[in-house]
Amino acid sequence: MNAASVPPSQPSTPSAAMIRTLGLVATVCGILIVTAYEGTLEAVAANKKLALERAVFKVIPGASSVKEFVVGPTGVQPAGNGVPEGAVKLYAAYDQAGSLKGLAAEGAAKGYSDTVRVLYAYDPEKQAITGIGVVSMRETPGIGDKIYTDAAFLKNFEALDVTLSADLKSLANAVKVVKHGGKQNPWEIDAIAGATVTCKAVGKGINESAQKLLPLLLPHLDKLKAGEPARPTPHPAASPPLSKRGQGGFDSGSASSQRLNPPQPPFEKGGSRASHAEGAAS
Amino acid sequence: MIPGQKQLSNLEELLEGIWKQNPVFVMVLGMCPVLAVSVSAVNALSMGLATLFVLLGSTLLVSLLRNVVPREVRIATYILIIATFVTVVDYLIQAISLAVYDALGAFIQLIVVNCVILGRAEAHASKNPPGRALLNALGMGVGFAIGLFAIGAVREILGAGKLFGFALFGPDFQPWVIMVLPPGGFFVLGAWLLLFNWLNSRKAAPVKPVEGHAHV
Repeated sequence: MNAASVPPSQPSTPSAAMIRTLGLVATVCGILIVTAYEGTLEAVAANKKLALERAVFKVIPGASSVKEFVVGPTGVQPAGNGVPEGAVKLYAAYDQAGSLKGLAAEGAAKGYSDTVRVLYAYDPEKQAITGIGVVSMRETPGIGDKIYTDAAFLKNFEALDVTLSADLKSLANAVKVVKHGGKQNPWEIDAIAGATVTCKAVGKGINESAQKLLPLLLPHLDKLKAGEPARPTPHPAASPPLSKRGQGGFDSGSASSQRLNPPQPPFEKGGSRASHAEGAAS
Repeated sequence: MIPGQKQLSNLEELLEGIWKQNPVFVMVLGMCPVLAVSVSAVNALSMGLATLFVLLGSTLLVSLLRNVVPREVRIATYILIIATFVTVVDYLIQAISLAVYDALGAFIQLIVVNCVILGRAEAHASKNPPGRALLNALGMGVGFAIGLFAIGAVREILGAGKLFGFALFGPDFQPWVIMVLPPGGFFVLGAWLLLFNWLNSRKAAPVKPVEGHAHV
């Protein structure tokens, strides 16, 4: 077989030589790759941490350290390896004195060309999103990237309302992206004309993430505030005032204005809550 | 040395890739990263340097192994070597700058199939001693980086009004957004190719009337 298929000018190479060469080259390559991996591991991890901190600090001004948590049905836990089923990753930012400056979480939704991932800052006292930053996206340059350059669009996220409904199971009003110039309520996002798809992805990502995260997070807020949420077994009764408030929401029946009451005392939210009611009425 | 081909001097070997056989402007190779990544000068330069690194590493190894690797498995060996250096450069870029890594995206991994690199391994490094192969690879890599940078800089200047992120024009400048979109890549590449061919044709045939070609 080999005599017929191989041209006479070319001496045939023994199979063993071929396998030996490939095996040898593969071994050398393997060593090279592992060396590079081990050598850069620390720098890459430090880089990733730095990038995360920078992103969180950008949406939460005044913060000086970031801790990662996993918020799930069982409570808040420091982030370990991976995120368990049904849980959401949360970044808590603290200032120098160690008190909670703000919370940040990631939202992601499909944009024009790839998933748009945004980091949003959540202010528990205002019950609002107070800033966003883009984690990653591959939208059209010059069009889709307006979501982080367009000042008018970013103004949407200075106080985007994400108040929980009375039963504390979902948002009172889903975050919605409306056509450019159509924003009427504090939970709406005014899209950029010409970049609607990307804006919708931002809104959808935030809405999905907030709908999931905030109801899980609320009973455990006090622990994050204390700055020592590292207790692995959070007790459901650990925050009595909140659970009581939740109870009150249930009991208060169907009075809609009552339902809109945020469990936390609202600060300077009279105006937006009034428009809340108007929006619901109209 | 390849039989039937005149021996080039070291300088000529180096300049081969930078000017005479420039992978972007003359051979028009590796167009996928060239068009996709050249939206800004920084991206283009990072991609150029990453490719240069892979080119040098793989060329050296291929050249060293040129008498050991049997012909039958040479392509498999080259791909293995190239993939190794691409993986290494992937980690290195992550360690140096995550921003650049995110900007380049999948195109770092796609260096594996960049035809400039496999082309060098097959056509040059496998037939030349390491020193000469490295010289040629250096020229090709630098030529590729220059080509990428030339396209990236023009696209960033026209498409965003910036160079290396610094605004060049006043706030009144209206960016040509098309230049940072895929069609802009073709426009700028076409313009550079036009310029290069015009320069080459002028140099190559100073006596021959160029108009003769134009009427064909």
